[in-house]
Amino acid sequence: MKILVCIKQVPDMESKFKVDESGTWYAKTDLAWRMNEYDEYAVEQAVQLKEQCKEGDITVLCIGSDQVKETMKKSLAMGCDRGAHIKDDEASGKEPFEIAGVIAEFAKDKDFELIFTGMQSQDRGSGQVGILVGEMLGIPSVSTVVEFSYEGGTLDLKRELEGGIKACVKVSSPAVITCQLGLNTPRYPTLPNIMKAKKKELLSIDIGDLLRVEPRQETMKMYFPEKKGGGLVLEGEAADLADQLIKILKEKTGVLA
Amino acid sequence: MKLLLIAESREGKLLGGSYELMAFAQELGAETAMFLVGSEADLPKYDGTLYLADVADAGEYNPEAHRALILDVIDKEKPDSVVFCHSSYGWDLAPRLAYTLKAAQISEVVGVADGNMVVPVCNSKLRREVKAGTAQTVITLQNGAFGLAEDPAGTPTVEKISGGTGTVIEFSGFELAEAGGVDLAKAQVIVSAGRGIGKPENVALIEGLAKALGGEYGASRPVVDSDWVEHNRQVGTTGQTVTPKLYVACGISGAIQHLAGMKKSEFIVAVNTDKDAPIGEVADVLVVADLKQFVPVLTEKIQAL
Ligand SMILES: Cc1cc2nc3c(=O)[nH]c(=O)nc-3n(C[C@H](O)[C@H](O)[C@H](O)COP(=O)(O)OP(=O)(O)OC[C@H]3O[C@@H](n4cnc5c(N)ncnc54)[C@H](O)[C@@H]3O)c2cc1C
Repeated sequence: MKILVCIKQVPDMESKFKVDESGTWYAKTDLAWRMNEYDEYAVEQAVQLKEQCKEGDITVLCIGSDQVKETMKKSLAMGCDRGAHIKDDEASGKEPFEIAGVIAEFAKDKDFELIFTGMQSQDRGSGQVGILVGEMLGIPSVSTVVEFSYEGGTLDLKRELEGGIKACVKVSSPAVITCQLGLNTPRYPTLPNIMKAKKKELLSIDIGDLLRVEPRQETMKMYFPEKKGGGLVLEGEAADLADQLIKILKEKTGVLA
Repeated sequence: MKLLLIAESREGKLLGGSYELMAFAQELGAETAMFLVGSEADLPKYDGTLYLADVADAGEYNPEAHRALILDVIDKEKPDSVVFCHSSYGWDLAPRLAYTLKAAQISEVVGVADGNMVVPVCNSKLRREVKAGTAQTVITLQNGAFGLAEDPAGTPTVEKISGGTGTVIEFSGFELAEAGGVDLAKAQVIVSAGRGIGKPENVALIEGLAKALGGEYGASRPVVDSDWVEHNRQVGTTGQTVTPKLYVACGISGAIQHLAGMKKSEFIVAVNTDKDAPIGEVADVLVVADLKQFVPVLTEKIQAL
């Protein structure tokens, strides 16, 4: 079984962000980078499926500058078999339709039985790429999956809805699955597997070879939201902070009365 | 400008997000028509044409069929934009429709500025203004970003539609969230643990503060996904919605899906090491501190009162 997993490298969301000189994206300097959280579930599910079937070949795809190879190595250490690095220094400016177009172009003649993506990225958060890939390849896609089981080409899935309700759906492969938090427990790569990953194949493909679609939207501006204010910010030493907070709670809420 | 609003229902019940679509249309001063796969027994309060497909025929989750039905309505109404809620229904269906329409899709819109759509970036730490390059667009709206100023009123002119089919994805029913356990909705005080607690042992700190304040403890999703706290204590869109007198968010960044479950609390305190964490937007007091140091000290002082 051939499996494709699509991952993205994103900044740690606790980073201190700045807007870059163009005024249309965040500055990429002084940030810690990691695998998009949703994609960790996608990688894990692909690896679990291979383990279940006792055979399989997992390609992990990532679009970005050379820096994304670090994140790709983590997914190789988690159990993917090879990497396809689509080299693009301008990846952050690409909108979901372009990203999906590149993935579909890569995948179109490779007979992947399953394609896993995260349900969204933590930075853009558009939630479009996985579904668009399915549309472009003409195969079904199911989004926001929190339970997955595979048996002889049939997928039993649960989609998560609001309020913790789940929708039970069945679909046949080939298919695209977009993974939601909690789908599984992503493994930590072990040291031997990190060593093994270093020897795994990492193909490099130029974005120009795969980008065949035109963008349909453009970012005009990026900025920090206006602070609505009102909120009090307390800083200092723990005991002092506790005294201040208790005073406020006594004054403003009935809780400590 | 004309918008086609895609309302939502589940098991025949209209979902509240449908009114946020109307609020968005009002803000733009746009003409509207509405589409709903639902039931005649629960129609939106809306003055306008409602294209209604019966959920018994079109299915609860059948994106192929729903897309086909919407495309028929688009043919008739020729809207400039098709507007969905950014919900499990909307974010699943919108890209499929946008693909067929060859339209730009702009996700999770929170506002409009100079004719461009404003969307959040990086857990709402930043905003982005997006301009569509296609004449027709598909838009999804962030949960709670638009609200009607007045209670909705009106009676739709219902036009029944049918005909969508879809066979690729087979929907076999809903599974409800586990019932039982604590009823957070009844608690006057809730202290919640976020990923910032670092390890499961620290749930005890949060529980201890909750007890000292005479309340219950809750959690954000990652803490529940890691099985550190049971699901019925999760606060947010895929957990519970709570409105206690006091909500204390410890080590919680303030993602929109968490805020949706607690931002109507009467008084909100956040404890976070990151002064810029988005939880600061809704907090009455943001204590910039390491919860592992601060929470035990606070608990002790409250116990000593
Ligand atoms: C469809 C969908 C539905 C979702 N539903 C929900 C839901 O119902 N509920 C929910 O909560 N989430 C939900 N999420 C997930 C949500 O998007 C966030 O990922 C989640 O809320 C983040 O949880 P967190 O704030 O605990 O963790 P993080 O975002 O990782 O934040 C951790 C915070 O802790 C702070 N911190 C770290 N160390 C310390 C310390 N020592 N002391 C103090 N502060 C510290 C950090 O500065 C940071 O702000 C949903 C997501 C999706 C896509």
